[in-house]
Amino acid sequence: MLPEIPRDRQVGILRKMLMIRRAEEHCIRFHEEHSGLIRGHFHVYIGQEATGVSVCDWLNTDDYVFTTHRNHGHVIAKGGDPKKVLAEIIGRATGYCQGRAGTFHVAAPEVGIVHTSAIVGGCLALAGGTAYAAQMNGSKAITVVFFGDGAMEEGVFYEALNIAKLWQLPMIFWMENNYRRTGRGAGHAATELTNVPKALNVETTVIDGIDVGTVHKTAAQIVKRVRAGEGPLFVEARTHLWPGNAFNMPKLVGGITDIAWAWNPSAAPEKVRDWHKDHDPILNYCRELESAGVSRGEIEKLDAQVSSEIDAAARFALESPLPDAKAALNYAFAGKGN
Amino acid sequence: MPQEMTFGEALLAAIDEVAEQDKRIVLFNPSFAGEAGHEKLAAFRKKYAARIKFPPIAEIGFCGIATGAAMAGLRPVVDISTATFSYEAIPQIVNEAAIAYSNSGGQTNVPVVFYLKFGIRGGGGVQHSGSPQSWYWNTPGLQIVMPSTPADAKGLMRGVLLRSEDPTIFFGHDRLLDDRGNVPDGAYEIPLGKADVKREGKDLTIIATSIQVPRALAAAEMLSKDRISAEVIDPRTLQPLDKPALLASVKKTGRVLITDESHDNCGVAAGLAAIIADEGFTSLRAPIKRVSIPPVPVPYAVPLEDYVTPMADRIVEVARTLVK
Repeated sequence: MLPEIPRDRQVGILRKMLMIRRAEEHCIRFHEEHSGLIRGHFHVYIGQEATGVSVCDWLNTDDYVFTTHRNHGHVIAKGGDPKKVLAEIIGRATGYCQGRAGTFHVAAPEVGIVHTSAIVGGCLALAGGTAYAAQMNGSKAITVVFFGDGAMEEGVFYEALNIAKLWQLPMIFWMENNYRRTGRGAGHAATELTNVPKALNVETTVIDGIDVGTVHKTAAQIVKRVRAGEGPLFVEARTHLWPGNAFNMPKLVGGITDIAWAWNPSAAPEKVRDWHKDHDPILNYCRELESAGVSRGEIEKLDAQVSSEIDAAARFALESPLPDAKAALNYAFAGKGN
Repeated sequence: MPQEMTFGEALLAAIDEVAEQDKRIVLFNPSFAGEAGHEKLAAFRKKYAARIKFPPIAEIGFCGIATGAAMAGLRPVVDISTATFSYEAIPQIVNEAAIAYSNSGGQTNVPVVFYLKFGIRGGGGVQHSGSPQSWYWNTPGLQIVMPSTPADAKGLMRGVLLRSEDPTIFFGHDRLLDDRGNVPDGAYEIPLGKADVKREGKDLTIIATSIQVPRALAAAEMLSKDRISAEVIDPRTLQPLDKPALLASVKKTGRVLITDESHDNCGVAAGLAAIIADEGFTSLRAPIKRVSIPPVPVPYAVPLEDYVTPMADRIVEVARTLVK
């Protein structure tokens, strides 16, 4: 369903989701088309765009967001600049962290993402910290920590959630279940993952994470309640693993997403056809927008605009300089005399 | 007029003075004061009740929360209590707090203080006698503070709370907590990275940290009876490290013994020895010697525990081999 918001804001959500999809397609192309450009491994957020974008649509710049090894999407969703994200992914001096962080740890303090951990569950307790700071300062800022199903296997999840509940911290535990762990054999003994927060008296909500309307509506209520002091709350948004994410390194198994597949699913390559038809939050949303009166032509025009913008961002990243080697020793300490 | 107080009371006084002015300072589990400072601690806890949390027994959870709070502008002081409990929080201290400033390209400061009561306390057994200073010193991004006297404890704690923008591991040896000493009045602070010569001497330099400073001073006294003049220098902080002061002392005496209550292997003494070998080799007239804990988990029974504790007599014994 469509979120109950004005038309331009509805279209704005599609724009953000497309920005993420197009940026991450470039990220994979960096790897596939340029030998040695991305030397380590990396992960993408493709297929989960509806949750990050819909949640962040309700957040202010001074609200805190914590993310994971799949951070590119969240950074852009929170208002981050795709140029600086793509430049950071390939270690450029113009990236968000001057090339120190790379794909795994993109931090963008200017939009409320102060630190990013690539350790599964690494940010759960840190998020409790920014929430606690807001509580102490009497600020209305809230914290949203995005994490995957795998993070619930980590002990820190339990400790952070327990303290968050005891201290009534203004934060949202937003779990994006992409079933990547389930696909590799059971990683958790709980029948339902929400049973774990329930045992600590944390209220939980389970939603379809690819339906923009559902996610947006849920996020509106949850954000409002946490801002009013009803935190912490827990949401499980269920998504479907994009076929290109089934490998150690993501692959564009069906090439880049063609918006036209929204209306002509059989045109998609076989390996990705079913996923795009049934589980792609972007194509699903395109169809809904069209049935609500946004013409296919408008949607295709928007996609062309976003694609060209992100193509330019990718060129910016590729043309940006690498950091000066001697900069390796910068920033070990903030203090003087260290 | 300098005031006499214990090491623990000095820490508490430092935090009290700074926290009174700086509302960003919040405290988790403040228990610094030692046995002697019990009443002062109770008053402190009452005064700062609104800024104090006593978290559940969940070190990875509350150390992470303190780290995140520091990223958001607070200045948390976390009393981890026994140093070995910090091992439960290594992922947050080493893999998040220590890296955030560098990883973000200088955008995110983490001014959190983790206070660790460390060392062989007497009957602590293997899991309550830990000395992880070399682990943390081996972690870039952490400041390592190891005071040996009440005056240094207060001055360094004030220095950290007033000036630091980096995560700090502040080590207080369990056996120092109730030691008394004169502490200067009022607003004084000791900057990090400034060593202090605790006793002047000319035949031999003893570099000593924390509890090893009083032990080294006792050893120097014993050595003086053999007409061996030992200089005792206390780096006070390992990160930042006052290399010039240490090297100057070694240059003066030509002989160096390094003593720290952590294990030999890749320990603090080993790290300092490497620096002196690299940068002070031509000053040396004898091999560099270390007096620390032999590579065995600290055992419980009195004779066993005493055997591995680097006491003054061991320092004397090794010093004598250097000055013949």
